[in-house]
Order: sequence, then structure tokens, then C-alpha cells
Amino acid sequence: MAHDTDAAHDEHGHHPTAKTYLWTALFLTIVTIVEISAYYIKPWEQSAIYVPSMIFMSAVKFAVVCAVYMHLKYDNKLFRNLFVGPLAIAIVTCVGLLFLFGKVAINLGSGA
Amino acid sequence: MATTVAPPIYAPAAASASTYGEKTGVWSWITTTDHKRIGVLYLFTSLFFFIFGGLEAAVIRAQLAAPNQSLVSAELYNQLFTMHGTTMVFLAIMPLSAAFFNFLIPLQIGARDVAFPRLNAFSYWVYLLGGIFITLPIFAGLAPNGGWFGYAPLTTMAYNPGLNIDFWVLGLQILGISSLAAGFNFITTIINMRAPGMHLMRMPMFTWASFVVQFLVVLAFPVITVALVFLQFDRFFGTNFYTLTAGADPLLWQHLFWIFGHPEVYILILPAFGLVSEVLPTFSRKPLFGYAVMVYSGILIGFLGFGVWAHHMFSVGMGPIADTVFSLTTMLIAIPTGVKIFNWMSTMWGGKLTFTTSMCFSIGLVAMFTIGGLSGVTHASPPTDLQQTDTYYVVAHFHYVLFGGSIMGIFAGIYHYFPKMFGRLMNETLGKWHFWINMIGMNLTFGPMHLSGLLGMPRRIYTYDANQGWDLFNMMSSIGTAIIIVATLIFLYNFFTSLKSGPRAGRDPWGASTLEWSIPSPPPEYNFAVLPNVTSRYPLWDVTDGHDLSREHHEGHENRDDRVPTSRELGIPMPANTFKPVMAALGLCTMLGGMTLKHVNDVAFYVVVGGGATMLVVSLYAWLTSPLEESH
Amino acid sequence: MSATAVEPTMAGGESHDAHGHHYTSTGLDNRKIAIWAFIGSECMLFVSLISTYLIYKGKSRVGPYPHEAWTDPATGETFKAILNIPVTSFSTFVLLMSSLAMVLAHNAVVNRHVKRTTFLARLEGNSFFWLMSTAVLGIVFLMCQAYEFTSFVHEGLGLTTNLFSSSFFVLTGFHGAHVTAGVLWLFTLASIDKTRGLTPAEELKIDLCALYWHFVDVVWIAIFVLLYLIK
Ligand code: HEM
Ligand SMILES: [Cu+2]
Repeated sequence: MAHDTDAAHDEHGHHPTAKTYLWTALFLTIVTIVEISAYYIKPWEQSAIYVPSMIFMSAVKFAVVCAVYMHLKYDNKLFRNLFVGPLAIAIVTCVGLLFLFGKVAINLGSGA
Repeated sequence: MATTVAPPIYAPAAASASTYGEKTGVWSWITTTDHKRIGVLYLFTSLFFFIFGGLEAAVIRAQLAAPNQSLVSAELYNQLFTMHGTTMVFLAIMPLSAAFFNFLIPLQIGARDVAFPRLNAFSYWVYLLGGIFITLPIFAGLAPNGGWFGYAPLTTMAYNPGLNIDFWVLGLQILGISSLAAGFNFITTIINMRAPGMHLMRMPMFTWASFVVQFLVVLAFPVITVALVFLQFDRFFGTNFYTLTAGADPLLWQHLFWIFGHPEVYILILPAFGLVSEVLPTFSRKPLFGYAVMVYSGILIGFLGFGVWAHHMFSVGMGPIADTVFSLTTMLIAIPTGVKIFNWMSTMWGGKLTFTTSMCFSIGLVAMFTIGGLSGVTHASPPTDLQQTDTYYVVAHFHYVLFGGSIMGIFAGIYHYFPKMFGRLMNETLGKWHFWINMIGMNLTFGPMHLSGLLGMPRRIYTYDANQGWDLFNMMSSIGTAIIIVATLIFLYNFFTSLKSGPRAGRDPWGASTLEWSIPSPPPEYNFAVLPNVTSRYPLWDVTDGHDLSREHHEGHENRDDRVPTSRELGIPMPANTFKPVMAALGLCTMLGGMTLKHVNDVAFYVVVGGGATMLVVSLYAWLTSPLEESH
Repeated sequence: MSATAVEPTMAGGESHDAHGHHYTSTGLDNRKIAIWAFIGSECMLFVSLISTYLIYKGKSRVGPYPHEAWTDPATGETFKAILNIPVTSFSTFVLLMSSLAMVLAHNAVVNRHVKRTTFLARLEGNSFFWLMSTAVLGIVFLMCQAYEFTSFVHEGLGLTTNLFSSSFFVLTGFHGAHVTAGVLWLFTLASIDKTRGLTPAEELKIDLCALYWHFVDVVWIAIFVLLYLIK
């Protein structure tokens, strides 16, 4: 295993195989199905954990696509920094805006 | 060890016979992809807009010189201050900085060009066309009139039905595309085109400052683009983003604009900081004090710059928590800024100072920016800001940071790098006159604004009644403006005469230390005949006895005379000249600019926008499928 | 003390390595760095759009609304909740699958040299097929969006109806425009692949497009949850 990651620094051939891609797709599909079902499961949909759980699931999907499909897990760290830095600023800005417009409480489902 | 100075090397007397390579003539400038030529184009164009924006300010100050004047109408006055701000921010200071990004970054990091030379040309042409597009309407009395921050809903159709704002909305989108394209280009260039051994922590301070600026550009401009698209859709297609009767929030525009706007002020100042960070060590004959701290404070300013935007909105009533948070972050950001001031002073401390014109302007920046920074901190506090906001006190603040900071830094850069750009020195005596008159003029213009502002004079009023205690201060400001005009005329005279007949400059007329000074002035189109191998932050100061290494490898011995070999002779493949980026820029600007026709004639709208789009797509395809370099 | 602060390393003509690439400080390709910087910038673009949508959520003065029915007090006419979750779930799935096809296209080009005998293995190596599939799935997604937009208009929700419609159409429209650009890019690559076959050395050409495409997919992951599934 460790040997494999060492070789991963080679120019080519460090990407995962088609199998990994298929498994990833399966995983993403399952999470999506869970998300959509949650929408239709009334007790879940109306509970306080609905919004956090949905955001969590989509964040996981987001991260998996970035890591595997966009190769951030395997590629040069530079790319990760180029993406994660701006993404962090973007998310903080978004949260800041929602706060400023009095939206955060509502979106956390506290019933405000 | 690092302070031995390489004396000026020989002067290449004939180098400028064909400045910038083998190609000459207007066409070669239009089709150029050489970063140095594009830098020079940026310089001339932005100087033009700087003068234009200055004339707008002159009219404003003439109108305000005394109470109850009627030199211009209220409407024209609105157009003048809007276009003055827009011009200075987007058409003068940003592209003046871009002139230095283009010219200097590849030279400072030891590269032959930027990462994407054709994209670079594209950026310039989009800037030029966008600048013309947004500037021309003032001659028809149709210029944008909603202030440089164009607050919606004031700028929506309901309150501002003319074409004025359409020009602004579309013009800024065009200019944004130019800045974004340049941003990606320079990020890539700095990450990936550094010469061997040029580690990040060896990069010259100007390159570092520019690096941070490019990130600010690519992260801030999308936000204003979105805000502008909303406004455009509201105006053109009747959407409701800023329609209060539909429930829209009047603060949406303000927030989006200032999320862009505050990073934007750092976009305006950091390049100037970078330039003086080159000048001060050179003429103190000392390395920059606290290099690493300078780098980190620059990065910190960049990050924090995204967390202070609402300090422009204290007066809208955001509530105690938001006010407190933004007040604190604003005061916090003053710390890394102050650190820079102290680093510059420590650089000069104990140094062997030479007061060249560029050195004078750099010291001027340190002093003037400090004043502006301090008044900035005073309105970081919401209770005091409520007194100051929308008064001339704020106008004083941002002119001390922008004129005393950015413009002074850029002048320092022009005097310092003129010899590298054009192979000739500027006149130092005239330079000193320029500096001192400019210094007096700016303080006379903007100093009294602190007082008129604190006495309650609101900004953006086209006239005022006598005896409110402002008369004297306004007169002083207007006289100061006349003095600045004199200073600027001296500068222009100096600039153009030196261009023609200034004394020849050698490679390193200032005894400076960074890579750009190791090559001929002006540099040959390939910059470095041999990619340098960098082993320190101040490569030329580490060289013993003026033993100039890059010259050694300059085509052996026969070339000890003054002829600089061409890229063809050296077999260095250079990007070919091409017209495609110009075509793409034309297509883009026709497409976006043509949208103003929506309110004039539907058929013309579709024809022009469709034509522009087609031209854009076709020339993009042609561009992307043709190779960068002509085969030798 | 180093006497040679500026040393020559390579002579001009040799700054290209054996593959004809330029020398770069990181050894990475310029274009890949640029596209990641571009994607970072796009984060801010979409976050501004999404934030606006969320800020205006529930602020519309008149319906129709996304998640609940609305009766026009003036006419008494009733409009049902506008969002069509089943259709959008389907198009979400389509976009997800297009991402899979996209990585497989990249994978096929990278592993061009692998000898393939079975049908499945040959399918795996068929980059043209995967490129076309990605593009076609993208088109299916766009058709779903077109269907969605037109049915909204039929149900009484136009671009200018209320705050929800303005922010919804502009946000999803921006996303759709990105998908459209991606589809054009994919067709261009597919036609190059058809005419002369992309080689493993040109892997980057696909990689750039793939990064863009996945990013557009990832944005949709966020949109789907924030706009459609959370009420
Ligand atoms: C020490 C750091 C700084 C602080 C604490 C600061 C603080 C502020 C604050 C609180 C305001 C809002 C005032 C109001 O409208 O009531 C303001 C306005 C402004 N600042 Fe600064 N500032 C700083 C540096 C800069 C720099 C470096 C620049 C540009 C180079 C700049 C340019 C501006 C501009 C253009 C405005 C006015 C915008 C407008 O209303 O049109 N500031 N500053
Ligand atoms: Cu600010």
C-alpha cells in the first residue's frame, strides 16, 4: 500500500482505476437516494436534524467528487490549495451574508 | 555580505533602435504578445485615463471652489463624480498597476513571458475597449451618474431610466473580464514560470504583492459581476432583485458591492506597496527589513480583506453584533498594514539613503498613507463613523490612501522603472519639482477636506450655501487641485521628453538588486538569453565586484559591444504575433456593449449582440486551435 | 558567500524538454494551474448567486412559491407548489452519471496503451464513447431544465413574477449556461478524438474539461439540496 502511494508521485498512472470510479458513483447514487427519500419521509423532513443532515450529506458528496473525480486526493497539493482556499472564503462569505440578512436561524430549522 | 553593490554595467547604446525585438510599426503593437510591450500599452492607456479622470476632478473642484456656483448642472455634476471615481479606480490605478504586473513580473521571476501571452493581449484589448465604451458617453451627457458604487435601487430603471447606468453596468462587466483574465494569467505565471532557484520566499516584494492582488481579483470580481448581472437583468428584463415593492432588500446590492469593494481597495494599494518595497531597499542600500513579515502581512491583508466589507455600511443599521464584528475586523486589518509601515521605516533606518525622485515618492507614500490609514481607523468605529460617513472626511480618507498611497507608489514605480522600460533616464531635477509640487498640492487639496467633512459638508453635493464654515476649506481644496495639475504637467513634460532624449540608462542605473536589473535596458524580447539560476533574494548584490554573470552568457564574447542579439539568433522560440486576441476582445465588447441597444432598437440589439457573440466564438476557436509559437 | 548568484541553467533553445513542454517551476502544466484558479474564482460566483437565492427565500410578496401552494388573493386562483422534485431528482442523477462518464473518458485516454480483448474492457477503453455519453447526458440534463422552465412558465411563474422566480431562474440559468459551455467543449474534444484519437500525452486536454465538468456537477449537488430539498 505504502509503496503504491510513493509511486503515485509519478507523472502518469497515479489516478484510480475505473473500478474506483464505479464504486464512487455507486456511493454518490446511494447518498442521493437517501437525500431524496429524506425529503419524502415526513418525520425526518420535519425534524430539527433535517437541514443539518441534508447539508452534511451534500457536503460529503461534494467532497467525494472533488477528491476522487477531480483527483484532488491524488494530485499535487497545489491544486488542493488553489481550490480549498477560495472555497473557504466563499463559504464564510455565504454564512456571513446569511447571518447579516437574519437567515441563519431559519436555515438551521430552529423555527425562528 | 549582501550589501556589495554592483555598479552600473555598460550602456547598450543601440538597444532601443528596435525597442522590444525585431518587429516595429503600429501593426506589430496591435498584434503583440510580448508582456513588455503589453505593459507599455497598459502604461500609456492608463496614463491617458488618469489625465482624463483628473480633468473630471478639476471641473468638480472648479464648481465647488466657491459657494453657489453654477459652472455645471446638478446632473452633469453627478456624471462627473461618478466617472471620476470609476475612471480612477478601474481605468487608471488598476491598469497602471497592471502595466507593472505585465512589465515586471516575468522579469522579476526570471521568465521569458507570462504563462498565457495571448490571454495577456486579450486582457489589454478588452480593457482598452471597455474603457472607451464607458468613457465616451460623457461627451453626450449620457455618462453613468449613480456614483462609483452605483447603489441599487437608485440605479434601477424606476429611479434612473436613461442609458447612463446601462453604460456603467456593461462597461464594468467588460472591465471585470479583463481583470479576471489577467488574474488567472498572473497567478499561473507566478506559480509556474519562476526561474530555477526562485523559491517563493526569494521572490521580489513587488511580485509577492502582485501575487496576493491576483487572488483578490479572481475572488472579488465574480461577486460584483453577479451584482451587475442582477442589475442588468432588472433593467433589461424586469427581474426583481432590487425592486423594493416586490419585497427586495435594499441592502443586497450594498453587501455584494462591498464584498467586492473592500478587497478592491487592496487591489488598488498593494501593487503600490510592492513598488515602494523595491525602491526603498535599493536607495537605502539595505535589504528589505523583515522580508518574511512583509510577505505574511500581505497575505494576511488579503485574507482579512474579505472580512471587513460591512464597515462601509455602518450607517444602515445592521445591529450591534454585526457592527461590533466588522468594527473589530477593520481595526485588526490595520495591524498588518501598520507592520508594513514600520518595516519600511526600519529598512531606511541606518541605511545609506539616496534621495532620487522614486525614493522621494516612496517616502511620500509611507508618510501620506499613514495619515490615510489613521483616518481609516477612526471610521472603523461605528459611533464615530456615523458622524463621518458620507461627508468629506471620508473623501479625505480615501484620497490620502489612494492619491497619497497608490498614485505616489505608482509614480515611484514609474521613475524607478522608466529606465528599464525605455532604456533612458527621466530628468531628476524635474522629478524633484514634480514630487514637491505634487506633495504640496495633494495636502492642500485633501487635508482641508478632513475639516470641511467634520464640519458637516456632505460628499456628492453639487453646490452649497455660503457661511456654513466650509468656504475657506473648499477654496483651499480647489487651489490645491490647480497645484496638482501643475505638478502633473511637469511630470508629463518630463516623461515625454525623457522618452525621446533622456540620457541612456545602463542595465542597472540604480544599483538595484533584483533580476530585472541584470538584463539590458530595455530588455530584449526574450528577456533572459539564459534562464538564470537564483540563489538568493538579492542576486545582484551578491555578485562580487560587478562581475556580471548574465552578461557572460550573453552570446559569448563577440557581443561585448552594444548589440543585443535577437531571439532568432539565439534560437529562442517566442510567441508569434497574432490578431486573434484582438478579434476576440472586439467580439466580446461588441456583444456586451451592444446590449445597450436593447433600450433603443430591438433589431439592432439582436444583430449587434449576435454579431459580437459570433465573432467572439469564432476567434476563440481560431485562437485556441492555433499554436502559440511560430515554427522557426 | 556565493559568487554566482545568477547562474545559467539552460540555453535558450533547450528550455523545452523532450516532449516539447516548456520549463515550469513546479513541473505542472500552466493550463491546469489556471483552470484550478478559475474554479476557485467560480466558487465566489456561484456562492454570490446561491446566497442571493437564500437571502430572498420566503421574501416574495406574491406566489407561486417553490414549496407551498399559493392562492392569489385578488383572483382566488390557486397555484400549487412549483418545484418538481421527481424530475429534478432524475436530472440530478443524470448529471451524476455524466460525471462518471467523464472520468471514464479520461481514464480511457490515459490507459490508451492497455491491450483490451473483452467487450467490457474495450468499452472501458473507448474514450469517444465516454466523451459522447458525457455530452449527451449533459444535453439530457439541459432538456430537463428546459422542461422545468417551460412548465414553470405555464404554471404562472415567469422570470419577473416574484423574488423567488428572479433569483431561481438566474441562478439555475447560470448553471445551465455553464453546462452548455461544457457540452460544446465535450463535443469539440469528441470530434478531435474521432478524427485523430487523443493520445495519453494529451491527457491534459481531457483533464481540463473534466475538472470543469465535475465542478459544474458539484455546484449542482449544492443547488439540488439548498434549492430543491430544503424547504
Ligand atoms: C488602515 C486601513 C484602512 C481602514 C481601517 C479603512 C477604513 C475605512 C472605512 C471604515 C471606510 C468607510 C467610511 C464610510 O463610508 O463611512 C473606508 C472608506 C474607504 N476607504 Fe478605507 N480603510 C483603510 C485603508 C484603505 C485603503 C488602503 C484604501 C485604498 C487604497 C481605502 C479606500 C477607501 C475608499 C475608496 C473608501 C470610500 C468608499 C466610498 O464610500 O466611496 N481605504 N475606509
Ligand atoms: Cu473598506
